[in-house]
Amino acid sequence: MSPSVRLQEMIRVIRSARTQCEERGVIQRECAAIRAQFRQADNVGRSHNLAKLLYVHMLGYPAHFGQMECVRLIASPRYSEKRVGYLGAMMLLDEKQDASLLITNSIKNDLSHSNQYVQSLALCTLACMGSAEMCRDLAPEIDRLLRTSNSYIKKKAALCAVHIVRKVPELGELFTTAAHSLLSEKNHGVLHGAVVLITELCEQNPESLAQFRKVVPELVHIMKGLVMSGYSPEHNVAGISDPFLQVRILRLLRILGRNNDTASDAMNDLLAQVATNTDSSKTAGSAVLYETVLTIMDIKFHVTHYFFPLVLSFIFGFNSCVVLFIRRSYISMMSLQKIVQTDHNAVQRHRGTIVDCLKDPDASVKRRALELSLALVSAVNIRSMMKELLLFLSSCPPELRAQAASGIFSAAERYAPSQRWHIDTILHVLTTAGADVRDETVPNLIQLITTANELHSYTVHKLYRALVADISQQSLVQVACWCVGEYGDLLLRAECDDTEPVQVTEDDVLDALETVLQSHMSSPATRGFALTATMKLSTRITHNVDRIRSIVSIYGSCIDLELQQRAVEYNALFKKYDHMRAAVLERMPVIDKTSPGHSKGEMTAGPVQERDQTQKQPAVETVSQESTNQVRV
Amino acid sequence: MQFMLLFSRQGKLRLQKWYVPLSDKEKKKITRELVQTVLARKPKMCSFLEWRDLKIVYKRYASLYFCCAIEDQDNELITLEIIHRYVELLDKYFGSVCELDIIFNFEKAYFILDEFLLGGEAQETSKKNVLKAIEQADLLQENQSEDWGGLAAEEVL
Repeated sequence: MSPSVRLQEMIRVIRSARTQCEERGVIQRECAAIRAQFRQADNVGRSHNLAKLLYVHMLGYPAHFGQMECVRLIASPRYSEKRVGYLGAMMLLDEKQDASLLITNSIKNDLSHSNQYVQSLALCTLACMGSAEMCRDLAPEIDRLLRTSNSYIKKKAALCAVHIVRKVPELGELFTTAAHSLLSEKNHGVLHGAVVLITELCEQNPESLAQFRKVVPELVHIMKGLVMSGYSPEHNVAGISDPFLQVRILRLLRILGRNNDTASDAMNDLLAQVATNTDSSKTAGSAVLYETVLTIMDIKFHVTHYFFPLVLSFIFGFNSCVVLFIRRSYISMMSLQKIVQTDHNAVQRHRGTIVDCLKDPDASVKRRALELSLALVSAVNIRSMMKELLLFLSSCPPELRAQAASGIFSAAERYAPSQRWHIDTILHVLTTAGADVRDETVPNLIQLITTANELHSYTVHKLYRALVADISQQSLVQVACWCVGEYGDLLLRAECDDTEPVQVTEDDVLDALETVLQSHMSSPATRGFALTATMKLSTRITHNVDRIRSIVSIYGSCIDLELQQRAVEYNALFKKYDHMRAAVLERMPVIDKTSPGHSKGEMTAGPVQERDQTQKQPAVETVSQESTNQVRV
Repeated sequence: MQFMLLFSRQGKLRLQKWYVPLSDKEKKKITRELVQTVLARKPKMCSFLEWRDLKIVYKRYASLYFCCAIEDQDNELITLEIIHRYVELLDKYFGSVCELDIIFNFEKAYFILDEFLLGGEAQETSKKNVLKAIEQADLLQENQSEDWGGLAAEEVL
């Protein structure tokens, strides 16, 4: 090993540099020496100089001046030089460099070299960095090598063909026959290469896919052999015979069986066999089982049904690795939901896993666990799942909040066991993540509240308490203001069956609304809600109407145009139109979700609209016009 | 597989094998970002993460991180096995391999990798066969003279 000493000596010197500056100095000196050596026609030590340069390159320093040396070394008759030359080519040259074309001829020659280790270097390099042009040039050579009797070369040629097909898909036709015949080989390396090649051909070309369906029985036979065979020391990994090959075969079967009854029928037994006989306690077995489950999920549904217990126990047996499963683009939430609907207990059994995943420190795992949880919600488990989801919402990363809130709302809407539960859930979300909910949430919640007749008192109590506690969450504050304005009389009456009533005075309620009006945290829309709510209370309270009058008149000169306009109109309601005030501000009817003003966050004030047809008073018309533009009552 | 990176706990690159064409600048950027991302992971986190549009599979062996970037259709778990197989090969070749072996004999590490993976896919699933091939190639390197005559092409495997 003595020639390597110079390389290792250089490495040692570089490593012993104490500062970045010192290292740079050493490297500059070495590179200068290497450059000088490259210029000489020196035969001894050429490969070691290039190796030194490659080391320097790995540290991040420029090494492009070594490219031509790679080309020279590759053309050398000495194996040691070719070896380093090809390594250098793979590290320093890529298809974008002009120099890479220069090695095409060397590769071509080396592909037919008498020594298989030289052929191997050429094959490896072509498969690693062959450009489309090089691939076109050398494809016939590769096809020829696919037909030799040398397994060592054949397996490499197969993977080289894979690279060629990826680069130049049309060349796939060239390899189809050879690929097929490779399947009858016994050598695992060759078989593996063949399966990868056929997979690539099928993925690139639907016609090839149709053609290769006929090899399904052959593949099934090979798989059975692997699964049922006894211990094979050469290929055994943790009790599994050649898991690498098994995984590739299963993946190919998946592609061939997709949307094709005949093909997928032919593999049913095999899949069952693999599923039952594969020990998944170690990674090798799990890898095989994982691929099996993916294949199962992708073929006909009624077959999938048979495998449900296996699929579920696999998914949930993996803890944080369950994310792998969910990540597959073609494993949709739909298929999972189908499973859940047939086996309600499944989720209960595995809830622990899902909950653990929601708490996993990894953000990707959390996100997938959230998607999974939302997909698995059903009428049966809504209460317990929602508990976990709300817990999740309170501590989840900010980028997931909007998704979580939105998912929770959908789930609540679909499966709410009671209106009270529904309202409570939405309120909880607004308290925890009010800033991340969509705009429609506010009118949607208001609509929901109006429909829940028996809960008006309960709702206004809850919202009043929330309002007093914290006015930073705009959506919550808006809904709370609306409620207090609408149902303030219930609040003041201090009757409530479902929750402890508050002892609150009219002044307290007005204080709360005024706080919102004056707070710098309140958005203009929120202040609008608060002002309107204050106004509405004028017909629901008895003692402090004057206070309301004064609040309203103050805002008549507010800088915010919207608030000013409202205040002016409300003033008018107090003065000129006082006879209409009670009717205008009376209790809202139940808002129909399909009513014209309800979509896109708009709501028209029902009574005001009715009035609009009979009265032609300008103030009222203005009010009704305004209300079509934004959320307000 | 799109690429494999080996790096130390301090983020120093010990091996980089790229199976997709990228400029030096792009490779450096990817390496820097990915190394940072992986090193920031806590020990209990699982070996898989999503990064850009790729799946990253990584495992730490002593002071070295082995990190592979695979595509959507690839099996993460078998990639872990591929990493493990490569470590076993290095271990057998160097005899209880450690980071220093890979630093001072980086070309050997590449030669071994190139005998196990080709174009980003496993080319040989038998550990024994990979090691035999390396052995034979090393022998060829040592014994070779200008004259190829004494070394006829033989099917070793």
